[in-house]
Formats: sequence, C-alpha cells, structure tokens
Amino acid sequence: MPEGFSGLLTTAVFLPLAGALLIALLVKGDKRVRAVAGIIALAELVLSVVIFVNYDRDAAGFQMVDRVTDWVGAPSLKIDYFLGLDGLSAPLVLLTGILGFVAIISSFFSVKQRVREYFVWLLVLQTAVMGVFTALDFIMFFLLWELELVPMFFLISIWGSGRREYSAMKFVIFTFLGSAFMLVGILVLYFSTGTFDMTALPESIEGARLLLPAGAVFGLLFAGFAIKLPVWPLHTWLPDAHTDAPTAVSVMLAGVLLKMGGYGMIRVSATMFPGVMDDLAWLLATAGVVNILYGAVVTMRQTDLKRLVAFSSISHMGFVLLGLSAVAGAASSVGMTGASLQMFTHGTITGLMFLLVGLVYDRAHTRYIPDLGGLASRMPALAVGFLVAGLASLGLPGTSGFVAELLIFLGAFPAWSWITAISATGVVLTAGYILWMIQRTMFGPKLERWETLKDPSPWELVPVAVLVAVILLVGIYPSIVSDVFRAGVDPIAQAIQNVPEVALR
Amino acid sequence: MISEIAVWLVFFLPLASFVAIAFVIRPFLNGYAVTAGYVSILAIATSLALSVWALGTVAHEHTSVEFAPHRWLTIGTLEISLGVTLDSLTAVMLLVVTSVSLMVQVYSTGYMKGDPGYARYYAYLSLFTASMLGLVLASSLVQLFVFWELVGLCSYLLIGFWYHKPSAAAAAKKAFIVTRIGDFGLLLALLYLFFNQDKFPAGLNALNISDINDAALGVLGSNVVTWIAVGIFAGAVGKSAQFPLHTWLPDAMEGPTPVSALIHAATMVAAGVFLVARFFPLFEASTTAMNAVAVIGGVTAIFAATMGLVQHDIKRVLAYSTVSQLGYMMLALGVGAYGAAIFHLFTHAFFKALLFLGSGSVSHAAGGTFDMRYMGGLRKVMPWTYVTFLVGSLSLAGLFPLAGFWSKDEILAHAWGAEGAVSQVVFWLALVSVFLTAFYMFRALFMTFEGDFKGGAAKDPKADAHGHHGEMHPHESPWPMVAPLVLLGLAAAAVGFIANPITDLGVVPIHWLTTFLSEGAAHETVEFNVGVATISSAIALAGIVLAYTIYGVRRPAISPEAMGRWFRPVHTLFYRKYYFDELYEGVLVRGVFYRGVAQALDWADKSIVDGVVRMVDRLGRNTGRAMGQLQNGQLQGYGLAISVGVLLIFGVYLLFR
Repeated sequence: MPEGFSGLLTTAVFLPLAGALLIALLVKGDKRVRAVAGIIALAELVLSVVIFVNYDRDAAGFQMVDRVTDWVGAPSLKIDYFLGLDGLSAPLVLLTGILGFVAIISSFFSVKQRVREYFVWLLVLQTAVMGVFTALDFIMFFLLWELELVPMFFLISIWGSGRREYSAMKFVIFTFLGSAFMLVGILVLYFSTGTFDMTALPESIEGARLLLPAGAVFGLLFAGFAIKLPVWPLHTWLPDAHTDAPTAVSVMLAGVLLKMGGYGMIRVSATMFPGVMDDLAWLLATAGVVNILYGAVVTMRQTDLKRLVAFSSISHMGFVLLGLSAVAGAASSVGMTGASLQMFTHGTITGLMFLLVGLVYDRAHTRYIPDLGGLASRMPALAVGFLVAGLASLGLPGTSGFVAELLIFLGAFPAWSWITAISATGVVLTAGYILWMIQRTMFGPKLERWETLKDPSPWELVPVAVLVAVILLVGIYPSIVSDVFRAGVDPIAQAIQNVPEVALR
Repeated sequence: MISEIAVWLVFFLPLASFVAIAFVIRPFLNGYAVTAGYVSILAIATSLALSVWALGTVAHEHTSVEFAPHRWLTIGTLEISLGVTLDSLTAVMLLVVTSVSLMVQVYSTGYMKGDPGYARYYAYLSLFTASMLGLVLASSLVQLFVFWELVGLCSYLLIGFWYHKPSAAAAAKKAFIVTRIGDFGLLLALLYLFFNQDKFPAGLNALNISDINDAALGVLGSNVVTWIAVGIFAGAVGKSAQFPLHTWLPDAMEGPTPVSALIHAATMVAAGVFLVARFFPLFEASTTAMNAVAVIGGVTAIFAATMGLVQHDIKRVLAYSTVSQLGYMMLALGVGAYGAAIFHLFTHAFFKALLFLGSGSVSHAAGGTFDMRYMGGLRKVMPWTYVTFLVGSLSLAGLFPLAGFWSKDEILAHAWGAEGAVSQVVFWLALVSVFLTAFYMFRALFMTFEGDFKGGAAKDPKADAHGHHGEMHPHESPWPMVAPLVLLGLAAAAVGFIANPITDLGVVPIHWLTTFLSEGAAHETVEFNVGVATISSAIALAGIVLAYTIYGVRRPAISPEAMGRWFRPVHTLFYRKYYFDELYEGVLVRGVFYRGVAQALDWADKSIVDGVVRMVDRLGRNTGRAMGQLQNGQLQGYGLAISVGVLLIFGVYLLFR
C-alpha cells in the first residue's frame, strides 16, 4: 500500500486553486490579474515538467504519493486524502501543465470582459483536471471529476459565443448523467469491498462478492467515461460545447477534459475489471471503428472551422477506443500505450488547432469556411502553424500523431484484424478533410476583404510555438513520452492477459 | 570501407540545410534568401561526394555493408529501430538522388531567381532530398514508411508552392490524398507483418527489411506472402502513379518545373519501383503478386502513353511519359527483370530530368507558358536547350546508342525470354508503347522547336507566371540553367554503357550493373537479343518519322487537325484522360461520398442522434411542467388529493390483506 507525503502533487493540484483564491480576493486590475494568472500558469508548467521528469520510469508503480489515511474517518465511511502518480498519469499531468499554460497565455489577448472572474474559473478548472489525473481515492476522484463542471459551466455560458447557454447546459447535463451512473458504481464497489482506495480495489474486487454483477458495475462506471470521451452516440454535446466555448476553454476541453474519459477507462475499467474488459473488447473495437469513420465522415460536411475540429476529435477519440480494444490480442501493451499516447498527442494537436482557429476568429470575426481563403498570403506564420497542426492531425510521420496511430494499429491488428483494417481507411478520410480545410482557408488567391489581417504578435505565437515544439519532439523521439506510458499500462495489460479464460460470464 | 557516420551524413547534410534555411534564413534573414540556395547546394554536393564513396565501397567489397540499427521505440514485442542499409540497390539510388538533386538545385538558382518564396523553395527541396535519401537508406519498414510519407509531404508542399493559385492548391491536395490511398495498403502490409512477428525465428524482427527478405519466405505461408506483397505494391501504385491511381501526377505539374524534374520524374515517383525492388525476394515468392505487378505495369505503360499523344501542355506530355515509363519499370519487375528495372530507373532519372528541365528552359524563354501551341521555332534561339532536349528525346525513344536504348532493350529482351502468358502479353504492350513514346516525344519536340514562333505567353490566355506581355523575344536561358542541361545530356547519352550487355570493356565488364545489383544472387542476366533490339528500334524510328510527317514539316501531308477529325472519339477520350477525373472526383467523391454518404450521416447526426437527445430533453421539460401545474397552491385541491390517496391506500390494504 503506497504511503507517504512528498507534497509535490498536492502543490500541483492546489496551486491553481490558491492562485484563483488570490486573484478573487486580493488582486485588483485586469493587468495584475493577467500577470498573476500567467505566473501561476508558468509555475504550474514548470512543476508539471519537474514531476514528469522525476517520475522513475524503471521503478514503475505509484510514486510521489501524498496520502493522509482516514481523512474523513467516520466509522462507516473511510475516505483518504490520496494522490499518486504512475506512468499513465505522469504524461497527462504534463499535458495539463502545458495546456493550462497555453490556455492562460492565449487568453491574455482575447478575453476583455470580466477578466478577473474568467481567470479564476480557468485556474479552478486546472485544479480539477490535475486532481482527476492524480487522485487515487475514489471519492476524491469523483469530487474532482464533478468540480470540473462548475468552472466549465460559467466559462462557456459567460464568455462563449453562439448558443452558449444551451451548449453549457447540454454539456453539464450530459456529464451529470454519466456521473450519476458512476457514483452508483463507486458506491457499489465500496459497499462490496469496504474501500475507496483505487490502488487496492483491483485486488479487493477479485476476492469480493459484488452486490451487482461485475458486468453491471463495469457498465455503470464506463457510462461516465464513455460520455466524456465521447463514444458514439453519446457525443452530441461535444460539437455544441466546443463550438460555443471561448478559445482557451475549447483548448482545455478538447485537450484535457476528453482525456478524463480515456484515463478513466484505463485507470478504472481496465484495471479493476480485467475480465470484463477482455470480454467486452469487441465492443470497444466496434465503438472505435464507428467513432473513427462516423466522426471523419461527418467532419467532411462541416462549414464552421471550430465545429470541424470538434467533429474531428470524435474521430480521433475513436482511436483511443480501438487502442484499448487491443487488450484482447497478443500486442495489448502496444495498443494501450498507443491509446494513451493518442490522448496526449491529440491534446497537443487539437489544442493547437483550436488555438489557431481562435486567432483566425479574433481577426476575421468569422469561422465560416467558405468566407475564408487566401489567409496564408496574409498571415504566413499562422498558416505554418495550421499546416503543422493539420499534418499532425492526419498522422504525418515526424509528428506525434503518427506514432500514436501507428501503435494503435499495430496493437489492435492482432486482436481485430478486419476492424483495424477498416479503421485504417480513416487515415485517408482524415487527410481528406484536413487538407480540404487547409486548402479552402489558407490557400487560394489573396482576398481583398482580408487585406487588414496581420500575423499574430510574437506574444500570441508563444503558445503556438510551445505546442508545435511538443508535437515535433514527440514525433521525432516518441520514447520520451511513450516509455512512461508503457511503464504505466504494461502491468494493466499483463493483468488482462493473465485473466483465466472463464473468469466471468 | 565507409564508416556509418559517413553514410548517415548523406542523409543528415540536406536535413541540416533544411533546418538552417527553415529556422534561420527564412524567418530572420529573408533579405539574404539567395544564401539559401548556396547552403542547399553545398550540402547536396557533399552528399553526392559521399554517395560516390558509398557506391565505390559497395562495388569494391562486392557485398552490402551492414551497420547495427539504433533503438527508436520498444514496447513489449514491438521493437522499432532506425538504421542504414548500404547494399547495391541503395548505393545506386543514392547516386541517382544526389546527382539529379544537385543538377536541379543548380538549375533552380536561375529558374527561381527573384521568386518571393526563394528561401522557402530551397528549404522544401532540402527536406525532400533528405527524406528521399532517408527512404532509400532505411533498414526497417517503419523507417521506410516514415520517409515514404515525408517525401509525399514535400511533394504536397512543392506542388502547392504557389499556393495562391487555386489549381496548384487543388493539385497538391489531390496528390497527397490519392497517394495516401496506396499508402493505406502499405500500412496494412506493415501491420500484417508485425502480426506474424511470433512466426519469425528468435532475433529476427518482422519489421526489419533484411529480416523480412531473408526469413519471410521460410516462415510465412504463400497466401500471407501474397497479401503482404499486394499491400506493398498498393503503396507503390500510389507513389509511382500507376493505374488506377495515376490521376494525381499530371496535375502535379502545377509545381515549379525543377520540382517536376526532381520529384515527379526522377526520384520520388520512382520510389514505388524502388519499394518493389527492395522487397523483391518477397514478390518473387508469389506468382500472383508478380503477375499483378507485370500487368499493372504493362497496362499503365500503354494507357498513359495514349494520353500523352494528345496533350498541348509540354509538361503534361512529359508527365504521362513518366507514368508510362514507370509502368515499364514495374512491368520489368513483374517479369523478374530486377536488374533491368533498376537500370531503366537509373537512365530514366537522367533523361527525364533533362527533358523536364529543358521544358522549363523553353517555358522560361516563352515567357512562362507551357502550351506548345504557342511555342515553335525555338531551335535557332536556344541551341543548347534544343540539342540537349533532342538527346533526351532520342534517349527516351530508345535509339542506339543512347542510354534509354540499352535499358529499354534489356526490359524487352527479358519479357520476350520470360516464360508464361503474362510475360508474352506485357511484351507486346511494351512494344506498342515504344511506338507511342517515340511519337509523342517527337511531336512535342517538333511543336516546340520547329516552325515559326507562335507568340509564347503573350498569346496564351492561361499563362500567368512571369508577367510578360506584348511582343515576346525568346532567348537562351542563363548558364546556371544551361550547365545542368548539358551535364544531364551527357549522362542521358552515356550512362547506358554501365549495363553493357555485349562484351567486356575493360573497366566495365559485361552485364556490370545487373551483376552488381544482384550481388551474386541468382537473378539471371539475359543475353543481348539482336532481333528484339532491331525490331524495337525500327518501331521507334517509325514513330519519329510519323511525328515528323505530321508536326515536323511546314505543309504536312496529314495535318494534326485532320488527324484529330478522323479520330475524333478516340482523340476526345485520350484528351479527357479516359474520364477518370470525372469518375473519381465528380461521381465517386462529390456524388456518392460527399453528397451521398456524408450528407446522409450529417443529417442523421443532427436529426436522429441529437434529435433523440432533444426529445428526451423535451420529455423532461414537459413532464416537469405537468407536475408543476399540479402544485397550484389551492388547498382544496391538495385536500382532495390527500383524501383520494388515503382512500386508495386503505382500499388496496383491504383488498390484499
């Protein structure tokens, strides 16, 4: 049982919250608010890099544990304060640090009204996400999972565009629905095993008599993750929420919030129910191919840049499902590493995409693709960013998108050859919509109406450069991230491999 | 003996040049863009020198040079490593890529002079050269796939170099997507190989090229080998623009002409041929795969040549010619003529690069148009261009003693001598293509250089490149453009002797290149077949004579217009490219896919999937509203409800007591 208190993760989780309180109570003036928020974001970025680098990938297991046993110690309810890091969560913590930084810096220039409130919510959001990725007590996990909704609701409904209230409400209701099932699942597990300790649960479940069949508990928990990822047909909140959210919130939403779904699937579903996971892998593969192709085909028809990127996320999250379905085959750890890497890489790529769409929108005041065109002649630096994001999104070698997709295909093929082969047609469809989008917005003759558009300032390009650097770095030498992920998912994949054939029906 | 570092440097030097231009010169020193060209040329020249060294080493050692690979990614049973292979095939390809790239880059200093994207252009060229060298050096299939996609990226970037032209932007996208359809097959082959990893003996890696070639035959069933070979071939079909994925290459001519010479004639499009050659032992193990390669190659050779007969745009003639010649190489591989195929790749790289650069020079003189109807009479004003273009055309047509003669003859002799019905059929396809090739090439030559000058870009309504208007005065191109033409002309004339099928020539022993490429393995060499050579030469001459009688004389007995009238339906069919663009883009992509499947799914997403969500939402609201109306605050109502409720409960209690 991991014990101790190093304080590093606690700092990472609660630093943004402390910053939010500081800004809410003490800081006056928009300029100072921005400065403080920027400093906190930078500190958080540095901290997440330190945490990632310090994670000992050879030792594996949970590290940097912060644990207060019986934090809530009523006789019938024992809740720990329990944070920890393994190979699965370390890169996601890094991702949250990077995207949190990007989101805050990019908001400096685009958010003009109710500035103080905006940064407060953005920082609270970061605490929630950091917490979800590091919490190892199920109740803490659940609380932080829910906490994320509060800032999201305000961020979308106040600073959003279009039908922002509708979209914010839709997002919240969908997520609540999933959470309701999830809570039942968590409680069933607690009353069957007597623990909320997520590190102890896999073993406890194996020995315990569950109050509900394992398949049912699996389903309750999975529902919450499936809505978050999202899995078709539970995805319709996503295009609305992404499209109407402000730029930085879209970055966070696509970049890290969706990953909570994939993270939950590995941390909870696969780890605690290896047998069910093995049995239902066919369902994951099917859902994966549907997400990939359905998402890609619907993306083709979109005329709003943000909606296009949003639908492409549905397609890309299908790859996560496909990667997880590899658990039924010989190369399960390859597929799971691929799925995890896809979460990381999609976070950076789609984050970059939303960022650039935001920069275009700030200048042109439209996201309607047929109205745009010839932007490369006006804004060459922005066009380069778009090209990198687009090429990474379609899985070009040299970018991180390629490595993730390749690992997913390699992992899933031994288990589901035909489904994987059909999914692989997605690479052609993706190339289709990405290149078409680039052609229609960036290329073509100079248009008079965009005469006044200027490239973003160096400060606005900082977040773009950060994400481009990460995408290329991981693309050229993926081991820096994939080795950590592998250390995290390998034991889980092994456990599923070792499930006896007749574990449960 | 060459060190590993030196081999890697062949690849890394152009890469370094790309990094220097893209991250230093372009963003910070764009005022000194001209340095980009020098940096790039210096890098590629050094790479060329190292490539010659590498070729010398392999030739001297009579064996491939092996270096231990380096780990890139390891997960469980999956081990992906990076390494360099240096065998005879790689060594020959290195020489082709570096030398043609050097010529093209020197030429570009003249051709692209003053273009606002000059630094960007050289950045792309350097990246392309590095990727192409990485592709031929790759020792693992994943590594090969990486560079395979990267050359495709560079092709995309360079076709769309003038991205403000809608036609260029569209052509770039088309090239990327059509080749990606083929890459899908290559990806599946890769996955299928990894799937069979546990069948490989311990210590061998199913993704390592030499391990695949050495071990695959023994451990995989013939069906598996066939599927893998077919998948690999699909990749080659896309990259080498073979039927039915040929449609992107003619459109790719939207790129700058030196790019067409380097990427879309000499090197990248030949990568498909290289790929099949790289996995030749695998292909040889499957008759089905070999026949597929031969038939697709033969069909493409003749099919593309027919479209080349009627084009007005000189670059499009050359583009169809390239497709056709690549078909020739595939055909050769399909009938087992490994050495001959690579030999033809080698000679073709030089004479086709020469012809493309020549067409660029002509266009330069004519003010930017590529339409041959507005050229003519350029022989006198551009003697250097004319002579080198003539040498290239003769070489392509396959006349003795130029390079193209030897390589084409080697292929024909192989197909003639090979057993099986497929070889016989493709032999005749190839022979007809000889006639067509000679005809379209000399049609282009006569239209461009003979007769009177017809006004150039000033007369061409579609020309837009350099902004010349009014009276045109064509002139010979500057020396940076002429010098590469002359050097390539010498190569196009002379490199045929390295295959040397007739007799020992001292330094060049008989069948030198074929023997060298086979590295002592059992690829047989065919004897020089005087009969086949005579017939093919006669056929080529006939094509030239016919082209002369129609296009070469002032008052032809048969005018081109009359030809067009007589063969109207055929002419239209050829000119409209057998309506493949209409079928693919109009019917399949726009009609069936975009307006059909995609629209239907988009509608379903909005109306059905989200419709259900909205329905649930409405149901919830309405129920809530109905419940809300019950609570209207009137105490009598509540009292009534309570009384009825109590009575009901009491009644139920009594009933079920």
